[in-house]
Amino acid sequence: MIRSKWFGPLIVISLVLFILPLFIPRFYTYILALIYVTSLLAMSLNVVVGHGGLFQFHHGVFYGVGAYTVALMLKKTSLPMWAGFIAGPIVAAIIGLIIGWLCVRLTRLYFGMLQISLGSLIWVIVLRWYSFTGGDDGIPGIPMPSLLSSLKNSYYFILIIVIVCLIIMYLVLRSPFGNALQAIRDNPQRCEAIGINVRRHQLIAIVIATFFAGVAGVLFVALERSVFADLLFWTLSLEIFIMCLLGGWFTFAGPILGAAIIVALRTFVGIFTQYWTLILGIVLILIIFFLPEGVMGFFQKLFKPGAEEVSERGQR
Amino acid sequence: MLQVEALDKSFEDFMAVNGANLTVGKGEIVAVIGPNGAGKTTLFNLITGALKRDRGKIIFRGEDISELPPYEICKKGISRSYQIVNIFPRLTVFRNVQVAVLSQQRKSRQLFHPAKNMVVRETNSILESVGFLDKAHGIAGSLSHGDQKILEIAIALGNEPELLILDEPTAGMSPEETSATMELIKRLAQMRGLTILFCEHDMDIVFSIAESIMVMHQGRTLIQGRPAEVRKNSFVQEAYLGIE
Repeated sequence: MIRSKWFGPLIVISLVLFILPLFIPRFYTYILALIYVTSLLAMSLNVVVGHGGLFQFHHGVFYGVGAYTVALMLKKTSLPMWAGFIAGPIVAAIIGLIIGWLCVRLTRLYFGMLQISLGSLIWVIVLRWYSFTGGDDGIPGIPMPSLLSSLKNSYYFILIIVIVCLIIMYLVLRSPFGNALQAIRDNPQRCEAIGINVRRHQLIAIVIATFFAGVAGVLFVALERSVFADLLFWTLSLEIFIMCLLGGWFTFAGPILGAAIIVALRTFVGIFTQYWTLILGIVLILIIFFLPEGVMGFFQKLFKPGAEEVSERGQR
Repeated sequence: MLQVEALDKSFEDFMAVNGANLTVGKGEIVAVIGPNGAGKTTLFNLITGALKRDRGKIIFRGEDISELPPYEICKKGISRSYQIVNIFPRLTVFRNVQVAVLSQQRKSRQLFHPAKNMVVRETNSILESVGFLDKAHGIAGSLSHGDQKILEIAIALGNEPELLILDEPTAGMSPEETSATMELIKRLAQMRGLTILFCEHDMDIVFSIAESIMVMHQGRTLIQGRPAEVRKNSFVQEAYLGIE
């Protein structure tokens, strides 16, 4: 399923991540879990940005929609708790389908602008509809199933779900659909000429990406037990975009690295100064100038130079 | 097989195609000639659906295809190559062709099957027929210009077309490459039973390979006929053959 030479290291990494919470302080366990959630979010965005070449500028909305869906269902309904966990990604994907259906009619920058507008609309609704969403107070203290009662349990739950999602994304990206998507990214006009319905494929990609963003939103709630309207604000979307860029958006795992870097920067530099974004800005400028293909892209080139390498980027 | 009737297309005030007529019979090799700006590429863009016609009919195997989007027209059996190289520069040569074969076999929406091992035989057979097997795993964007033009044709073959439209297949090629490419096109047409519609500036090529020639001028069809008839046409003699 996964190429053999990667299989061993991945198993080792997973095992290390599984036993890590036994040895590290609570705070670090929390940060790691947050990195996993954010990684999944960045990976989901990269399906459409890095592999699909779409300007998905407001991906945070679908993260927020997933989170709010599960939060509202757990808080306001007596449905079984797991129903909320399943509903989150599905509602996110439905919103993704609606917004995507409108956006794929436009191309490139116009796609991005329309998405920012429509996404901001949802953000405003969430922010203003006090009686339902709690407005800018958000929804604190969301009840959790007993299985997720401790941080350690949440950690394992998040880790397992993220790994499963990453495997599914990996399979999708190397399928004929994934290949077609990358071909569309490189040359949509030619794709139409070889019989590929470009818009349809882009829309499917958006639905897949928004579904996984919804999963990330659900996991966020499992970790934080609260939601707030900032999850849908455009600055978060920009941050996810930066993660993809930083990690390397033509690589498979780049966004994970990008998410880890940003979360770590925010956490550890944020301790010393509230101007951590200044550091982020400088790091970004350096990356754009010196590692235009992102950190992961840089390492791939370093270890495996040559044409074959470039050819398969986006597949790994 | 293909019948174009009184086709019009204007951009703003400019009539790019203005009453074009064209008949392509099954198994024929048909050339469209005309000076730069005569509307040849626009005509091809109209046939393949990349542009929408203003008026007129495009009938392919008895069906009007003038309202269909490009991907539907492709599925009806019309593939094309482009005058200006139009490939997937970041993918390997193999995947450039494979993506077309997958699309042809309606597999591009399969989500969980690894694409790497799919339609390998079909793809390799196309690569072999254009002599690209040894280049299969190189990056398409790093091929020479001449090879990229050949790859254009290989991608188009991936859709198993009945009608192959080639927009200046030898543009920018050296004389050696040009004659090799025309040999290749002839061979492919025979091997695969293709019908070919192409446009080309080199009159030697056109008159040596085409079975029927359509002459375009300022968007309209001046004449279509056998090479010998077209050769006698006074406009063609003046504009192309240098006979006063």
